[in-house]
Amino acid sequence: MEPFTRLTAVALPIDQANINTDQIFPARFLKKPRAQGYAAYLFHDIRFNRDGTEDPAFVLNEPRYRKARILVANSNFGCGSSREGAVYTLQDFGFRALIAPSFGDIFAANCVKNGVVPVVLPQTVAAELRHQLRMSDDPMVTVDLVQQEVAGPDGRRYEFAIEPFPKHCLLNGIDEIEFTLQHEANIAAFEQGYRADFEWLFRSRPEGGSTDS
Amino acid sequence: MGKPRTIFDKIWTRHVITERDDGDTLLYIDRLLTQENSYHAFDKLRREARTLRNPDQVFSFADHYVPTVARDQGIEGIQNPEIRHMVETIEADTKQFGITLFGLGDVRQGILHIVGPEQGITQPGLVIAGADSHTSTHGALGAFAFGVGVSDVTHVLATQSLWRRRPRTMRVAIEGKLPFGVTAKDAILAVIRKIGADGAVGHVIEYAGSTIRAMSIEGRMTVCNMSIEAGARAGLVAADEATFAYIKGRPYAPTGADWERAIAYWRTLTTDEGAAFDRDVHLDACEIAPMVTWGTSPEDVVPVTGVVPTPNQAPDPERRARMDRALAYMGLAPGTPLTQIPVDRVFIGSCTNGRIEDLRMVARLVKGRKTAVPAMIVPGSGLVKQQAEAEGLDRIFADAGFEWRDAGCSMCVAINGDMLQPGERCASTSNRNFEGRQGRGGRTHLMSPSMAAAAAVTGHLTDVRQLGEGG
Repeated sequence: MEPFTRLTAVALPIDQANINTDQIFPARFLKKPRAQGYAAYLFHDIRFNRDGTEDPAFVLNEPRYRKARILVANSNFGCGSSREGAVYTLQDFGFRALIAPSFGDIFAANCVKNGVVPVVLPQTVAAELRHQLRMSDDPMVTVDLVQQEVAGPDGRRYEFAIEPFPKHCLLNGIDEIEFTLQHEANIAAFEQGYRADFEWLFRSRPEGGSTDS
Repeated sequence: MGKPRTIFDKIWTRHVITERDDGDTLLYIDRLLTQENSYHAFDKLRREARTLRNPDQVFSFADHYVPTVARDQGIEGIQNPEIRHMVETIEADTKQFGITLFGLGDVRQGILHIVGPEQGITQPGLVIAGADSHTSTHGALGAFAFGVGVSDVTHVLATQSLWRRRPRTMRVAIEGKLPFGVTAKDAILAVIRKIGADGAVGHVIEYAGSTIRAMSIEGRMTVCNMSIEAGARAGLVAADEATFAYIKGRPYAPTGADWERAIAYWRTLTTDEGAAFDRDVHLDACEIAPMVTWGTSPEDVVPVTGVVPTPNQAPDPERRARMDRALAYMGLAPGTPLTQIPVDRVFIGSCTNGRIEDLRMVARLVKGRKTAVPAMIVPGSGLVKQQAEAEGLDRIFADAGFEWRDAGCSMCVAINGDMLQPGERCASTSNRNFEGRQGRGGRTHLMSPSMAAAAAVTGHLTDVRQLGEGG
């Protein structure tokens, strides 16, 4: 996983609240192999018309936002389905940090696993940032994970909170599985006691096929 | 006596492997449920040359991509090569890793959230992670069950655990008797209307109160299923005698002396008197009416007796903009009585409402009537289908003009080929009315099975109570 420390980049404002993962990454693309990248599917059905041309009304199609690597959204961004492809598609387009008043829980967890930083800022701050980004010809934002600080286009700084463990993983690009496997002895010890208490959960399994209830 | 605890507290505490100083907890996962879209996780395991820790604690389900027609032809019958590949891949991955698969051709096959409980895989007190956001469904049996992304699926495959920060708790208490024609689906839509699509973000909901207690396990599953549509991490209901009766005798349920030990433990999993929740929400069952969504978020919901809302009456400009957009997408004018909205199609099924009780509800309503628009019924599992046919429901559906399909997610997620055409309007028993959810440009109205059945026979959104039928 690519570490994240500090990024200054073009930021894309998306005003609509409750942007769901079906909008970020429509379900019919879930079966596409990741090898070719998912960038083309990002916001597909709101970004492109049915004939495949760009919809000029969608903000990402404005020239000044095309190189965006930071997204400033509204509340409950990434709600809905657990599909991690929604993060892949943002990441493959180039996004490394997302700012919103709140995120769908599963989506935020998926972001962290992929080195994308979910930054929570108050509703009023996110709205102000989006406003400035729309007004600016040079819509740049800085996300500093070390200092836990966002700087808006006007240079104003806003602190944000992030839990220590996700921060640590993001800063150092830590593979969580590798990290957890260091606790293998704890897991094994837990499991031994657990299996003794709940033997019925670990008996042999019914045969497959035409079992009826 | 210690501090009074909630069910959630009790389950959580029993699954703590270790806690870090910063508050993150390594939580033991009893059972992992995967589906076709989990292929990235198995790819990752192979790529990183990792071992699957406990194959017996993983269950896989072919449900998202399976066809709901021409099932006698098996995988060969799937025309679209990309879709066929997804079903082939889950077969190959589960075979390679030694995982139980409820696959195409197995009579037990069906939607993971229907089959898990049906097989007794879901039990009170378990921590269940599922590769699907509607894993919250399993909480209806008193489990802590939540959806995860593919990275977390991989993490569970490799470690049987997940790092989690303890969520906040919310109690949603519904009291009283649901009125005539009002179902569990209407109750959960009323909850979402009250708290909003992000109302429970960061929380685990415990559903309580006499209304929930009186609900069947199937009804509780419908309620818990849509917890995620309010943003919740999970939803659960205390296990009780009805839960034990539901589980007893199912293939994976404990038996004999195990059964006695199990229920003795399960009986301890109730919320203690005086236990505190971070948030309490109350609803009065008698105030709930049959509900229908008008927009593109499950929170865009009103009683069927109402009208399409007027954006310029909304409290803030942001909400107005969202409503304008939703109405434009849905092709609806403010002030239109909901019952005057014609539908093009009806979809009955999904992990929300694809269980036998849902199909019985539909059968009661459509018996002796005819569909006015194309309508399909997709049972949640092969065993639900078998049961419905044993009860003769399939004949009632056929006589009324419904299509009677095979089990799968079908037009709820619209990736197996069952989908709406652009502009088509659908009365649906599923869980998401998002833009494009049932097919690009498709327009979804969420409602209960009996309401969807009523729309099928009249051709427009209909107050089921007008047809003299309850739920």
